[in-house]
Amino acid sequence: MGKISNQSGVAEGLDPTLPPPAVDDSVREAEERRWTPAKIGLWIAISLLGAVAWFMLALVRGETVNAIWFVFAAVCTYLIGYRFYSKVIERYLLKPDDRRATPAEYKADGKDYVRTDRNVLFGHHFAAIAGAGPLVGPVIAAQMGYLPGTIWIIIGVVLAGAVQDYLVMFFSMRRGGRSLGQMAREELGVIGGTAALVATLLIMIIIVAILALVVVNALGESPWGVFSVGMTIPIALFMGVYLRFIRPGKVMEVSIIGFVLLMAAIIGGGAVAGTEWGAAFFHLDKVTIAWGIIIYGFIAAILPVWLLLAPRDYLSTFMKIGVIVMLALAIIVVRPEITVPAFSEFAGRENGPVFSGALFPFLFVTIACGALSGFHALISSGTTPKLIEKERQTRFIGYGGMLMESFVAIMALVAAISIDRGIYFAMNAPLALTGGTVESAAQWVNSLGLANVNITPDVLAQTAKDVGEESIISRSGGAPTLAVGLAHIMQQFIGGPGMMAFWYHFAIMFEALFILTAVDAGTRVARFMLQDSIGNFIPKFKEASWRPGAWLCTAIMVAAWGAVLIMGVTDPLGGINTLFPLFGIANQLLAAIALAVCLAITAKRGVFKWLWIVAVPLAFAAVVTITASFHKIFSPVPAVGYFANNQAFSKALADGKTEFGTAKTVAAMEAVVRNTMIQGVLSVIFVTLSIIVIIAALLATIKAIRAGGGQDHEDPPVPSRVFAPAGLFPTQVEKKLLAEWNALPAEKRTQKAGHH
Amino acid sequence: MNAVVRGLRGFATYMGSLMGADAYRKYLEHFEASGHSGSVMTEREFWRDRMDRQDSNPQGRCC
Repeated sequence: MGKISNQSGVAEGLDPTLPPPAVDDSVREAEERRWTPAKIGLWIAISLLGAVAWFMLALVRGETVNAIWFVFAAVCTYLIGYRFYSKVIERYLLKPDDRRATPAEYKADGKDYVRTDRNVLFGHHFAAIAGAGPLVGPVIAAQMGYLPGTIWIIIGVVLAGAVQDYLVMFFSMRRGGRSLGQMAREELGVIGGTAALVATLLIMIIIVAILALVVVNALGESPWGVFSVGMTIPIALFMGVYLRFIRPGKVMEVSIIGFVLLMAAIIGGGAVAGTEWGAAFFHLDKVTIAWGIIIYGFIAAILPVWLLLAPRDYLSTFMKIGVIVMLALAIIVVRPEITVPAFSEFAGRENGPVFSGALFPFLFVTIACGALSGFHALISSGTTPKLIEKERQTRFIGYGGMLMESFVAIMALVAAISIDRGIYFAMNAPLALTGGTVESAAQWVNSLGLANVNITPDVLAQTAKDVGEESIISRSGGAPTLAVGLAHIMQQFIGGPGMMAFWYHFAIMFEALFILTAVDAGTRVARFMLQDSIGNFIPKFKEASWRPGAWLCTAIMVAAWGAVLIMGVTDPLGGINTLFPLFGIANQLLAAIALAVCLAITAKRGVFKWLWIVAVPLAFAAVVTITASFHKIFSPVPAVGYFANNQAFSKALADGKTEFGTAKTVAAMEAVVRNTMIQGVLSVIFVTLSIIVIIAALLATIKAIRAGGGQDHEDPPVPSRVFAPAGLFPTQVEKKLLAEWNALPAEKRTQKAGHH
Repeated sequence: MNAVVRGLRGFATYMGSLMGADAYRKYLEHFEASGHSGSVMTEREFWRDRMDRQDSNPQGRCC
C-alpha cells in the first residue's frame, strides 16, 4: 500500500465531545461485504436485465428494435458500473476519509465554500456539466447506425468519462477546490502546466465557436426559432432587474415567471412567424445570425452577471431538469420502434455526408460529451469541490453525475434515431449535397442506396410543415434533428400531431438556451484566463475590475471564436461536416490532459497497483485523439485531411478552374483554401500541446514510480466536525450515526468547523 | 392527499436549493454559527454581493 497523507493525525484531532464524523471503517466494510439473499437476487436481476437488453440491441437482427432496450441496457450497465467499478476506485485508488474536513467545512465562508446537501449538489453539478453537447454529438454519430454510438456512450462513461470526473473532483477537493490549470502547473511543472493552460484556452475557443455554429444552423431561415430564442434576451433582462431591484433572492419565483414567459415566447413565435411581417422580419440567413451571436456574445460577456447571465442560468437549469425528466418519461411511455440498423452503410466508410472520417477514431470524437468530456474537468475542479460536504460523497456526485449525463446522451440518440432515416440524411447532409429543395434532397437521399430508405419529396415537405418550419433540408448540427425526433416522441405523449410544431420549437429553445449560456460563460472564463496570462507580463491586466483590459480581452476572445464561427457558417463544405470533428478532438484532448494530470497525482500518491484505472482511459483518449488529429493533418483523402483538401483546392485554383467539388465559385474555392489551412494549423497546435502535456505527465509518473511516490500538494488534513451520508439513500450504519448526530443539542450540531 | 402535497412541497424545496434560492439562509446560518465580527448583510446586500462576486469569478458552463 502506498502512503496517503497522515490520516492518523486527523484521527487524533477529532473532537471527543462529538460523535464520530465518519462511519467506522471496519463497520462500513462489514456492511458493504454482507451479501444478503435479497441483495444478491437484486444484482442478479439487474445483470440479467442488462444482458437481455444488450442482446436485443447488439445481436438480434429484426426489422426494428424497441427503444426501451436502450434504456434498460444503459441503466443496468450504469448501476453495475456505479456499484462495483466506482467502488473499486473509491476503495483502492482514492481512499476518501470522512474524518477529514472538506473545503466546504474548513474554508466555510457562507458564500463560495458552503456545505451543500449531497442530493442538491448532485443536481447542481449535473446542471453545470450537462448542456447541448450530449444532445447533438450522438445525433451526428447516428450516421454510422445506432450500435457504435450506444456502446461508446455506455461503456465509455463507465470506464472513462465518469472516472475522469470523479478523479478530478476528488483531487481538486483535496486541494481546496483548485482548478485543473493550477493542478497541472503544480504536478507537471512549468512547461507541462503552461502547455495545459494554452491548450485549455484554445480548446475553449473552438468549443464555444462550434456550439454557436449549432445554434446558427438551428435558427437559420427559421422566423419562429429566431423570434422565440430572441425573446429569451428581454425575458432574462426582466428577470435580472426583478431579482436585483424588485424582489432580491426570490429565485424560484422569478424562475417560474421566466418559464411562463418562455412558453409564451414559443407559442407567440408560431403566431408571429405566421404573419407576413413576422416571417419577413425574423427570416434571417445564417451569416446574419452568426454576426448577431458574435455581437450578442461580446455584449453579454461585458454586461454585469446579474443582468443577463445569472437569470438565464436559472432558466437554463429549470429547463434542463424539466426537459430531461419529461424526455425520460416520454421514451418509457411511448417506447418508439427504431428502424435504423445497428451498423449503417456508412459505418465502414470514411466519406459519410454527416461527418467525414472512419468509425475509428472519428465516432469516438464525434460523441464526446456523454461518454468522455474534457470540459467537465473544468467544472469538476472549481465550483463543485467547494460545496461538497463529505469526502465520500464525491463518488455519488462526480461518478454518478456523469452517468446521468450519459443517460441524457442515450435519450438524445433514441430521439434522433426514432425518425425515418431518409429524413435524417436529408436534414444532416450539407446543402451542397442535398441541393436545398425537397425534390433534390429526396433524389439525393434515394441515390445513396440505403436499405429500406425510400423518401418522397412530399414526406420532407410534410415534416417541415408539421414542425412549423419552411424547410428541414440540410439543417445540420444535430439540434434540429433532435428537435424533430423529440417532437415526434413528445406528441405521442402529450398533445398529438397538432403539438409537433410546439415541441419542435420547445426543443430548439432549450438547446439554444443551454448553448447561449455556455457561450457567454465560456467567453467570460476565457477572458479571465487571457487576462491572467497577459497579467504575467503587464501586471495591470490581472485586475479584473480594470475595464479597458477586460473589454480588450473579451474582444480578443469573441473575435477568436467569432472567426471560427463565420468560417463554419460560410464553409462551402458545410461547417458541421468539417468542424464538428475538431470540436470533438478538442474536447477529448482536454480529457487526455485532465487524465494525464490525474495519472501523475495518482502515481505520486503511491498507488501503483491501481494506476491502470487512470492509464486505460488516458491511453484510449490519447490514441483516439492523436490518431484523429493525424488523420486530419496527414490523410491524403481530401474529405478527411485538412491539408489534402487545401492542396486539392489550391491546385484547382492554380489550374484556373472556376468551380471544384462542392465549391461553385472562385470565392468559395478560396474560402476552402483559407478554412482548411486554419483548421489544419489548429489541429497541429492542439495535438502538439496535448502531446507535451501527456509526456510531462508520463515523466512525472515514471519519476514517482521510481521514487515510490512523490510530493503531494494536498491541503493539510483538518479534522471534520460534521457527518452526512455518502450516497442517495443513507445505509443502515449511516442512519445509526445520523441519529447520534441528531440527538446532539442544537447549539453543538450547528457548530461549524470553519474558524479556528 | 397529504402525501402528494408533501411530495410536491419536497420537490419545490429541492428545486429551490438546486437553483440556490436558499443561499441567503445558509449565509445567515454560517454567520451566526461562526460568530463573525462585523455586521451581517441584509438580504438585498447579500444578493448584490453574490452577483457582483460572480463578475470577477466566472464559472464555466459545460457544452
